[in-house]
Amino acid sequence: MTKRIMIHRLTFRDRLFEFINYSFLTCVIIVTLYPFLNVLAISLNDSTDTIRGGIYLWPREFTLNNYLEIVKYDNLVTGFVNSVLRTVIGTVLGVFIQAMVAFTLSRRDFKGRGFVSTAIVLTMYFSGGLIPGYMLIRDLGLINSFWVYILPGLVSAFNIIIIRSFMDSLPFSLQESAKMDGANDFTIFYRIMLPLCKPVLATIALFVAVGQWNQWFDTYLYNSMNANLTTLQYELMKILDNTTMGGGQDANLMRPNDQQQANMVSPESIKMAITMVTVIPIILVYPFVQRYFIQGMTLGAVKQ
Amino acid sequence: METAKEKAHTRGESRMNRFWKHVKNQKLLYAMSLPFVAWVFVFNYLPVWGWTMAFQNFRPGLSFLEQEWVGLEHFITLFQDERFYMVLRNTLAMSFLGLLFGFTIPIIFAVLLNEVRHSMFKRITQTVTYLPHFVSWVVVAGIVTKMLSTDGGIINDLLMGLGIIDSPYQFMAQEKWFWGIVTISDIWKEMGWNAIIFLAAIAGLDPQLYEAAKVDGAGRFRQIWHITLPGIRPTILVVLILNIGHLIQIGFEKQMLLSNPLVVDYAEVLDLYALNYGIGLGQFSYGTAIGIFNSVVSIILLFLANGIFKRYSNQSVM
Repeated sequence: MTKRIMIHRLTFRDRLFEFINYSFLTCVIIVTLYPFLNVLAISLNDSTDTIRGGIYLWPREFTLNNYLEIVKYDNLVTGFVNSVLRTVIGTVLGVFIQAMVAFTLSRRDFKGRGFVSTAIVLTMYFSGGLIPGYMLIRDLGLINSFWVYILPGLVSAFNIIIIRSFMDSLPFSLQESAKMDGANDFTIFYRIMLPLCKPVLATIALFVAVGQWNQWFDTYLYNSMNANLTTLQYELMKILDNTTMGGGQDANLMRPNDQQQANMVSPESIKMAITMVTVIPIILVYPFVQRYFIQGMTLGAVKQ
Repeated sequence: METAKEKAHTRGESRMNRFWKHVKNQKLLYAMSLPFVAWVFVFNYLPVWGWTMAFQNFRPGLSFLEQEWVGLEHFITLFQDERFYMVLRNTLAMSFLGLLFGFTIPIIFAVLLNEVRHSMFKRITQTVTYLPHFVSWVVVAGIVTKMLSTDGGIINDLLMGLGIIDSPYQFMAQEKWFWGIVTISDIWKEMGWNAIIFLAAIAGLDPQLYEAAKVDGAGRFRQIWHITLPGIRPTILVVLILNIGHLIQIGFEKQMLLSNPLVVDYAEVLDLYALNYGIGLGQFSYGTAIGIFNSVVSIILLFLANGIFKRYSNQSVM
């Protein structure tokens, strides 16, 4: 009798817990998704109608005009092209180089392994800071250059460690048999290790690509004087104009032309359409790579 | 005597030979790695040399030997600047809030998500909550500004609909709200992503422990309290230490993008302060001094946290 009551009480409490838990997580989903859906709805609504307000999940006067309007902003088109270029070039070069260095570090017979490993891992623990970094880029002549988007972050210690720990888990006999057949170290890397490392390379490629696509600060710091080198995120930042940069040093860093454009008020719906354009590529690739990155994330976290 | 010397000589020579032979055998491995060591030397180590700027009145265009050395003058100016203490307060306040909530909420989220039995619901929640991590701060700042805006922002519309306020409230223009807005935006963006590591740790726990607890009549709360949380304690500690190490290096993106002239006294953090002086006003030496202060404090914090961790668990995360 008492036992039965106890079990009953437990299941009731468990059910209550279940109910609260599911409600809470549903709220989390709504809070996370609503802003995206709201932005989407406004971007698909007629821009003069939007001013009346009250657009939440569904456009009131559906139109695609806002997206067509964007193409008229010259800087946005240039920015889009540059963002695509930096994402593609930065990811391909970055992943290839990081995999190659990781390969040499995974080779236990490599004599230079200790030195290379130390030199690269140490970079994770310190940094010169903003100003010395800026001075270096200036001295290297990388200001007002596309390559400032690609070169500085190319050798990422964190990514190398993740790829390397994946390579360490592969049997060495594969490499040995290739060596018997007369393959040199580069061929072994290129023909054998690269294809085997596809899962981890997909994860790293995702991290690098998202980082490149979302970066705006390097454009702001180094290339804001050159409209041909602008990026999508930087243009979005100027158009959203939700910032006056802390201390008002804009005047020093932005061209007069830029300021004019930043002050030019774009209709709400156009702003939201541009926001969608920067988010859509990520939403499109996201489902395909999701299964890889959890694996990569936990691997990285363990090695950290 | 002579023969011994000769022998030693040849032995040394053969050792050299062997070394070169090895290098030659592995020349491709060297070619595949050494250029990139040079690379990190240029992009990561060379800027550290730039720290010398903090002890000079650095003027671009002059060579290193021609610079005027001023010792600790810039640091003295820094510690006498009232604005510095305001900026330090902002940095510490936001990093502390970030540590308190940005660290605990993902743990709670991971634990609650682990209690979900429907695998479909679980997967959808995960997919949805990881998404904001992949969106840039530019977009997130835009979204936050939109949600809090006075015309058509959902927060104001909700609060007015519920009768809590009569007219739209200007959240973004209030100094006292800024720290909270930054913290909540950060949680919105990173909660799901930061929960991954805890979810992985929970997945690694022995299911038998839960079976045994159920037999003993432990409910959900007791299972969480006595099995899940103690089980992921090592993971929690490691993440905590790493977070403490980064306590004052909180970055500046969110503060920069969410701030406006009305709230700047509560929005400026150390990195922005360095940026404004160092690059905005061209005071490279002063900007570098601020950066050095920032790095030194982080290193001290990391060692302190690691030391405490070591004392209690005989482990080290570094």
